[in-house]
Amino acid sequence: MKCQNCDKPATFHITELTDGKPQELHLCEDHARQYLTESSGEPTPASGMAALAQQIAIGQTAEDLAQLDQQACPVCGITFFEFRSQGRLGCPHDYVCFQKQLEPLIVNIHGESEHVGKRPSRPAGGSEHRTQLIRLRRELKEAVDEERYERASQLHDEIQRIESEES
Amino acid sequence: MRLDDLTTNNGEWMRGSGPESDIVISSRVRMARNLADFPFISRTTVQDRERIESILHERVALITSENELLYLDLSKLEKVDRQLLVERHLISREHAEAQGARSVAIDGSEKFSLMINEEDHLRIQVMQSGLDLDGVWEQINRIDDLIEEKVTYAFHERLGYLTACPTNVGTGMRVSVMLHLPALVITRQIDKVFRSLQKISLAVRGLYGEGSQAMGDFYQISNQMTLGLTESELIRRVSDIVPMIIDYERQARDFLVKESHENLHDRVSRAYGILRTAQTISSEETMHLLSSVRMGVNLGLINDLNIPAINQLFIRTQPAHLQKLTGSDMDTSDRNIERARFLRRYLNKENGSHGAAEHN
Ligand SMILES: [Zn+2]
Ligand SMILES: [Zn+2]
Repeated sequence: MKCQNCDKPATFHITELTDGKPQELHLCEDHARQYLTESSGEPTPASGMAALAQQIAIGQTAEDLAQLDQQACPVCGITFFEFRSQGRLGCPHDYVCFQKQLEPLIVNIHGESEHVGKRPSRPAGGSEHRTQLIRLRRELKEAVDEERYERASQLHDEIQRIESEES
Repeated sequence: MRLDDLTTNNGEWMRGSGPESDIVISSRVRMARNLADFPFISRTTVQDRERIESILHERVALITSENELLYLDLSKLEKVDRQLLVERHLISREHAEAQGARSVAIDGSEKFSLMINEEDHLRIQVMQSGLDLDGVWEQINRIDDLIEEKVTYAFHERLGYLTACPTNVGTGMRVSVMLHLPALVITRQIDKVFRSLQKISLAVRGLYGEGSQAMGDFYQISNQMTLGLTESELIRRVSDIVPMIIDYERQARDFLVKESHENLHDRVSRAYGILRTAQTISSEETMHLLSSVRMGVNLGLINDLNIPAINQLFIRTQPAHLQKLTGSDMDTSDRNIERARFLRRYLNKENGSHGAAEHN
């Protein structure tokens, strides 16, 4: 059997169910694909988190946005601009320091803003406390690079203290 | 267990057993977790990633399972081996293609895999053949608890588990069911079904791609939101809708059997015929034909094949699996020839073993 639209063999036999009576269509692979995708019409939404994050820019004046873009997380150093262009956050503290900007985004994605599921058995405060280790390790590296050894040694002790609080 | 054993193993989700396994291929739950004291992956240094890897490696090793864990350092694996793991759904494509220290621990029966340094520090995944989300949830919850005993996950009092991407925040949990829906595709009702799913915030995607055209009529249905519902509620959302889709697919199959029997039988028989005789065949055509054959087996139109055997073929005709089989690097046209040879051998032997008397 030949495709009803061209000379290639019909490998697709589509049964159309609309309009009450079943109607058979015999199409080659290419025409079948075309047929099946044409009617599914809807444009695919610009996918991915980066696209979503770009929406934050909507409704902001250029000046406000420029200022917002320069804000950086004190823990990991990511700027808001970097998050907006990559769609990925830099550390757990970003949820705290960019809270105002993230909140509408999160509600937009999930329709909710509060977690009601499982919780770790240890207190959540400990998690934030440990997030400070990210900042301390970064400061330690900077202190060593700048040969501020006294500061480096203080930081080293503090890191050790927090690390040993674990388990 | 070694990596090479995977190529000939029957992985969990290809087993073709479990509830509703004529239509439901597998049930899967994935959890995203991050250590509280390291940046998310995009801001980590090389040393950070190495430390995260070694901390989590140590924790993961504590997981007891009836099977031995296979621990693979992805940064040291060949590309073909990483792709093999992607084809078996044990790691994500992103994880395979990323840079730096990263690894995966796989349980011997391929029921669960733990990806370290994927988009998040840890991605736990549990899979099961057929429809059994409650069973999967029970297992993944146990594994998550076991790891959490020893590490502090990034957690926010109000937002829950914190993830690199805000789309995963809260439970960090993605529940998905993979379905084989050939009759809904033939009768062109699939789009209608999907539009109604999107209205209730469930996402649909094809077997291998992000939003790409579904290959072999396989569709994966999963929850879109991860925040504001409990884990059990998320499981319920997906598992409540699946029986309805199964029902639509069964109705469409009944319709085809009743109203269009010759065409259906012809389609199935031709597909089987091509797979048994082709001399060169693309991966796409193979998936397309196997889909018809799979439905044909379920409807009793083909009697000398079983579902586990077909499920196997979907995987073993993928590029990396073929390459491992022949042990050599092949271009597309060589691979198409090799694929056809593999199918002929597999399907004609399969018949031979059933009709052994004739050959004696
Ligand atoms: Zn045509
Ligand atoms: Zn940060």
